[in-house]
Amino acid sequence: MTREVQVSLQVNGEAVSRRVEARQHLIDFLRLELGLTGSHAGCEHGVCGACTVRVDGRIVRGCLVLAASLDGTKVETIEGVSDSEQIRDLQDAFIARNACQCGYCTPGMLLAAAALLEANPRPTRAEIREYLAGNYCRCTGYHAIVDAVEATAAARARGSRQD
Amino acid sequence: MNEIIDPSSVDRPNSYIGKSVPRPNAAKLVEGRGQYVDDIQLPRLLHVAFVRSPHAHATIGSIDASAALRLPGVRRLFTGRELAQHCEPWVAVLAHLKGMKSAPQLPLPLERATWVGEAVAAVVADSRAVAEDAAAKVAIAYEPLAAAVDMEIALDPATIVIHPTLGDNLCFQRLNEAGKVEEAIAAAHRVVEATFLSGRHTGATLEPRSILADYNRASGKLTVYHSTQAPHMMQGVFAKHLRLAEGDVRVICSDVGGSYGIKVHVYPDEVAVAAIAKIMGRPIKFIADRLESFVSDIHARDHRIKARMAVDAKGHITAIDVDDLTGIGPYSVYPRTSAVEGNQVVNLVGGPYHFANFRAKTTVVFQNKTPTCQYRAVGHPIATAVTEGLVDLAAEALGLDPVEFRRRNLMKDGTYPRTSPAGMKFEGLSHEQSLDTLIRMMDYPALRAEQSRLRAQGIHRGLGFASFIELTNPSPFMYGVGGARISAQDGCSVRIDPDGSVMAATGVTEQGQGTEAIIRQIVAEAVGVPIETVRVLTGDTLTTPYGGGTWACRGAGIGGEAALQAGLAVKQAALTVAAAMLQAQPDALDLSDGQIVDKHSRQPRMPLAELARIVYFRGDTLPPDLPRELLQTRHFITKQYPFAFTNGVQASWLEVDTETGMIRLIKHWCVEDCGRIINPLLVDEQVRGGIVQGLGGALYEHCLYSPTGQLLNASMADYLVPMAAEMPDIEVGHVETPTKESLLGAKGAGEAGTAGAPAAVMNAINDALKPFGAKVFAQPFTPERILAALGKAQVR
Repeated sequence: MTREVQVSLQVNGEAVSRRVEARQHLIDFLRLELGLTGSHAGCEHGVCGACTVRVDGRIVRGCLVLAASLDGTKVETIEGVSDSEQIRDLQDAFIARNACQCGYCTPGMLLAAAALLEANPRPTRAEIREYLAGNYCRCTGYHAIVDAVEATAAARARGSRQD
Repeated sequence: MNEIIDPSSVDRPNSYIGKSVPRPNAAKLVEGRGQYVDDIQLPRLLHVAFVRSPHAHATIGSIDASAALRLPGVRRLFTGRELAQHCEPWVAVLAHLKGMKSAPQLPLPLERATWVGEAVAAVVADSRAVAEDAAAKVAIAYEPLAAAVDMEIALDPATIVIHPTLGDNLCFQRLNEAGKVEEAIAAAHRVVEATFLSGRHTGATLEPRSILADYNRASGKLTVYHSTQAPHMMQGVFAKHLRLAEGDVRVICSDVGGSYGIKVHVYPDEVAVAAIAKIMGRPIKFIADRLESFVSDIHARDHRIKARMAVDAKGHITAIDVDDLTGIGPYSVYPRTSAVEGNQVVNLVGGPYHFANFRAKTTVVFQNKTPTCQYRAVGHPIATAVTEGLVDLAAEALGLDPVEFRRRNLMKDGTYPRTSPAGMKFEGLSHEQSLDTLIRMMDYPALRAEQSRLRAQGIHRGLGFASFIELTNPSPFMYGVGGARISAQDGCSVRIDPDGSVMAATGVTEQGQGTEAIIRQIVAEAVGVPIETVRVLTGDTLTTPYGGGTWACRGAGIGGEAALQAGLAVKQAALTVAAAMLQAQPDALDLSDGQIVDKHSRQPRMPLAELARIVYFRGDTLPPDLPRELLQTRHFITKQYPFAFTNGVQASWLEVDTETGMIRLIKHWCVEDCGRIINPLLVDEQVRGGIVQGLGGALYEHCLYSPTGQLLNASMADYLVPMAAEMPDIEVGHVETPTKESLLGAKGAGEAGTAGAPAAVMNAINDALKPFGAKVFAQPFTPERILAALGKAQVR
């Protein structure tokens, strides 16, 4: 009934080869096939952002991308990004500011915020709110998240001036 | 005075209570290393998908699963009849809610489906994907019946009775009355009135409902990994309804991806999963998908309230009269019941104010929609919107500033303890001080000046206020007296380990509020050890003291006090051992920063780790009759007041586009008095998160039904939740009036934001619309409704 497709890709820097069901989404592939449970399925129709991961450096919705389409790509998840300490400052800011409560949105929120800071190193609060408007958080009311992203941007700006 | 409640002692070592200490469990969450139920895989795991009713009301005929069972990987199909062999039904009523009735409910219905989305059959397969494929192939012969959808006509003789054995569609009715309302209204200087609507909405937890049940036939034990707020309650429920001994059921609750009251209820489909695990003797997982969450998670707040308020010529409230109607779906939800929300409305209306004559009636009816039950701030947002809406109408009728009208009518600080006309007992509140603080924070005169300046440019901004009370720290009067096996007591065990570190196990649970963080702060301070050396265990019925869990804002006030007392007790136990070792009197010693110290000179005498080493490994060197009990458990339950009420006030500053009806939230303020604050960082974020949840219901969230009972917007794309771009920055201030019922003095803080936000927004919109003579009282305040109030659009 379901066709399978062979894919070879890099996930968090490791080579992965699997036969996947043609219908399997990236989020299910990561969670079920690779045991990478840091990314979460929230709505499975591309609205909530809980499944946000990187493909070839750009953030995507893991529930809207088919694993079968990822042959030859590089996928990064919260586990890989954490291990490489790329966003350690942002994660520390989330902890210090209590910008995560239940934590279910947090990996996706962090990857979205990191993408924002890459594209716009000194965003205004309104720009932060606008950029993160695709990531649903039911716990915090967003204010603390905006604070944490703003503080990270400010700290990075201070750091680069000192360099 | 005990130094723990002496604010001047905050700079001594280990004074963590009252400080913004980060959460110990946040570190794993930001790295995606949490463990939610769906992250757990067990050997021989099977997955469930439910076949859900497409009809609001229908007879269930034959169920043909032959095509489904032919799919590779499909293991079994369960119907209501099969599961009924293994389950005891429940009826969700509480004895103290007089006259309440509901119908027996089973994991899956036997004869009739009574709402769109009710689980009717369960397919078990090797993967969720295959189970869903199979569920789509199950053919159920439904015979659609007339449905009772509109709560306004639920009691009409022409409306179908959902449960014929109950005689009618009335679940519960209560009249709460004090003084002489009719006389006060007849004698009033002015009477204002309005009909308020609160839109039915739902919790939309980002982690859907999740359960993994594993029954081991050899040991006879059921282990349930559950995304829940109340593990011990669920242990009892699974035991009773699956005919197991309570001791043979273990509920483990690791990380929970949001709850807000949604995950404190017994869901028939979750009981079905546990029953299937017991029947099949294997682990069974069910993770709701988003579409089934919308139709099967509890809904809430579906109320229509006709309300009026009488005032005298001096601007004092003389009477409040409200008539509340709420539709709760076809069954009252087990075991908290679905009558409590309406009951809260008639208890809380008018709560912040001093007046004599009160009448509040609630009528709770059955209907063929998704069941409703307790959701964050149960009844409070409704009661506050009604009260504060009437207050602003009265102020306007008298030509008074809304803040001035509140000052005249709020219960005066320093007049406690007292009882409200609705019968609520208040130990100590701070309405006046809270309002004063709020007015200072927001710079009220400047905002009014800005408002009138912009008004001249055709920009319509509004300011709205909402004073509120919030019920926290519930006693058994909430559920226990009604016969529900829901613990109002909670416990904490604190243990000193051989390395001098401390383990605390508590019956209250963590769903992101920071329960583990505050228990850690309290225990570290009580014992006298560095906070880094304290580990906290929650969410396991086998290893934590029996307790109620976290709901109704009880984690800090009840669980926190148990932790404080257990920590103090274990410190005393350690000092008893230390005194023997050091040949000193226990009361001449103290524990500070992990050291036994001389109480007066503060000189270190011995590390706690050395004491613990001797106790555990060289007990032979201690006097034989010396108690060495380095594990102490204490429990706490409130006894003097049924609830510890908190209070606060919110304000909303917003702009209404009178051409499009769109609302832009500019700023929101809240001053809240939750008693002793254990961690300001966590309390502020509880308030902010709660406010945004209230703003969602006020502006966007609405479960829209067709006349035939179809839920029309059951997806995250169609059901609007607050996202970052629409939400304002929120300023939070505090007043602290500790409860004297406990040494800790903490009350709850998690629901205050939600309680007051919709009322503040409603009043701000109506303030903005004042020049147009337009008003809105129906939530959510959609652009369509704003334009209709302005005479620019018809409401569909």
